[in-house]
Amino acid sequence: MSSVKIKLNQKEVDKLREVCASFNNEPDELINVLHKAQEIFGYLPAEVQEVIAEELNVAVAKVYGVVTFYSFFTMIPKGKHPISVCTGTACYVRGAEKVLDEFKRRLNVEVGETTPDGKHSLSCLRCVGACGLAPVVLVGEKVYGRVSPDGVAEILAEYEV
Amino acid sequence: MAKYKTHLLVCGGTGCKASASDVIKDKLTRELDEKGLADECQVVMTGCFGFCEKGPIVKVLPDNTFYTQVTPDDAKEIIEEHIIKGRKVDRLLYKDPTSKEEISDSKHMGFYKKQMRIALRNCGFIDPENIEEAIARDAYAALGKVLGEMTPVEATQIVLDSGLRGRGGGGFPTGLKWKLTAQEKADQKYVVCNADEGDPGAFMDRSILEGDPHTVIEAMAINGYCTGATKGLVYIRAEYPLAITRLKIALEQAREYGLLGKDILGKGFDFEIEIRYGAGAFVCGEETALIHSMEGERGEPTFKPPFPSVEGYRKKPTNVNNVETYANIPVIFLKGAEWFSAIGTEKSKGTKVFALAGKINNVGLIEVPMGTTLREVIYEIGGGIKDSKKFKAVQTGGPSGGCLTEKHLDTPIDYDSLIACGSMMGSGGMIVMDEDDCMVSMAKFYLEFTVEESCGKCAPCRIGNKRLHEQLELITQGKGSKENLEKIRDLCGVIKDTSLCGLGQTSPNPVLSTMDNFWDEYIAHVEEHKCASGACKDLMKYIIDAEPCVGCTACARVCPVGAIAGERKGPHTIDQSICIKCGACVDKCKFNAISIK
Repeated sequence: MSSVKIKLNQKEVDKLREVCASFNNEPDELINVLHKAQEIFGYLPAEVQEVIAEELNVAVAKVYGVVTFYSFFTMIPKGKHPISVCTGTACYVRGAEKVLDEFKRRLNVEVGETTPDGKHSLSCLRCVGACGLAPVVLVGEKVYGRVSPDGVAEILAEYEV
Repeated sequence: MAKYKTHLLVCGGTGCKASASDVIKDKLTRELDEKGLADECQVVMTGCFGFCEKGPIVKVLPDNTFYTQVTPDDAKEIIEEHIIKGRKVDRLLYKDPTSKEEISDSKHMGFYKKQMRIALRNCGFIDPENIEEAIARDAYAALGKVLGEMTPVEATQIVLDSGLRGRGGGGFPTGLKWKLTAQEKADQKYVVCNADEGDPGAFMDRSILEGDPHTVIEAMAINGYCTGATKGLVYIRAEYPLAITRLKIALEQAREYGLLGKDILGKGFDFEIEIRYGAGAFVCGEETALIHSMEGERGEPTFKPPFPSVEGYRKKPTNVNNVETYANIPVIFLKGAEWFSAIGTEKSKGTKVFALAGKINNVGLIEVPMGTTLREVIYEIGGGIKDSKKFKAVQTGGPSGGCLTEKHLDTPIDYDSLIACGSMMGSGGMIVMDEDDCMVSMAKFYLEFTVEESCGKCAPCRIGNKRLHEQLELITQGKGSKENLEKIRDLCGVIKDTSLCGLGQTSPNPVLSTMDNFWDEYIAHVEEHKCASGACKDLMKYIIDAEPCVGCTACARVCPVGAIAGERKGPHTIDQSICIKCGACVDKCKFNAISIK
């Protein structure tokens, strides 16, 4: 976990405590609480995990163990317009890797990183079930289908303003 | 209820929605309003039609006209021409690729002709957000029949007699699973619907939940009655927001109609369903891991026995079935076990949904009777290989399955025949590959997936797969030898024999089956350091042939790393030590002077 402590917004912390209470502070509900917490904060930094551990009366290590186990949870803040390239099998055989390489090259980040200006984060995901449109790229909630490496610049240009 | 003359069904599956099908729906509705036809025609957003390749789809009833690749701009023409003037919009009709004829009725399209839709019977027919449409297509009739006419033992016997086997991959007899849970004595039992569809390239469970959520709710209630459980849980991927929304709406409506809750249909049976969210872990498809995840733990599998039917969720007897398995249940009760068991092969009854994807013309979701051959699926329903290339292999069973080749094309598909061919049914993903795909890279791709998704609990899977991946990495980089191939075979055997759960026990399958079927390709990689399909970048070289090269400098200008040099109007050369093998020069060259060696 990070050594530099970040200061959480008190209002958001209160909201998080309310979420825990709405699940009766049951340790069983940890995953549901984490989903809600990620909706509130956008990610799950160590400080958020500490609050949850306290509320549900479990060890922070346990919370950390669950957060790091599931790929849906992230401890790194996502970009303003997070980019996810589908690398499921259908997209892979239709050239998703080349599309991913082009995003890496243009944004100058690796998978799992965010651009220094906080605009885009780059990640891979496994199958959104739109295999008919392979290869598929998601920017935020918007789905781009049949993306070619040449089309990458065009997609990024949409977020240039 | 209003009676409409015409219905316009717009596909609202995830694929079509990504292509603006909700805008199409809005535009169609607006056009109808403007023309004063809102009382005559109804626009309905349905679940997936399956023919994703040609989406977005709009179907007109009662004449069954099937419009493909519709855009929002086409809405006006569909209303003015088809609805008002009664003339079909020819340019939006499906064209048969061989006969070039336009086909308006989906029943006559190659894609649908051989299909038999049981689990998907309502997908693309009803508005999944309206329980009345589901009821009009017999939803909850089976639940009524079971509660009103049968004892739990009698009802379970029907599922046993139908021969239905688990559609999530294992193929365990569903009726037997129910019976085992029913036998246990406990103050509380649970039934769980496994909707954690993690197999990349398979999307049938999501399509069923998006297109016909009531069938799952009904089947779970029947399952509860048969096993003595009053609580149901749906464990669903958080990555499926649309399926979650529609399931929530359906649960709410079922409660309102008294089809969930206390004293269902006045028969004294109580049953409630809750939703639990997955958080992106492939291993949670394994039932013990899934149960731990529902308890708020890391989704790590545990050793069986005890089986979940004895000790499952919160240590109580639990029956876990997959979405597609559940979707078959109501039909079995309405049409009878005998009807169901007459479909399919000797040991695999009924139909199976497959997600066709990859290098195939008709990507989409299909349902065929067990025993249909791969050739029928790939060439008749799937419309053959994209861009008229040569078929090389089809991967079934996802990261746990294997590759099947030309020689398997006429094998009837069922649980047992696929295992005999070195693959497996899995959840029903079918990825088609052509001559441009490298089988060594493919095996490596699947292993990357397993390495990432291994939960890390047992050493053979956590460490073994990592070592296996490293061996394959060496081979695709041209640093491998025959010795590496032997190591791979050994490792595969150890991982299969000693892993704790299904994930590790099957993870070497993609490697073993490609080694069995494409041994020459492996040998070419290690002995000649060649990759015939050109997929392994480290094994290829871009070379400019001096003769056709006219020195136009187009390639040198496009090269992102400045690896190409040469005088204007003189032959150019590529500096191999700088070249990153991006292929940009090949695309730019008008004289076909650049080739891959």
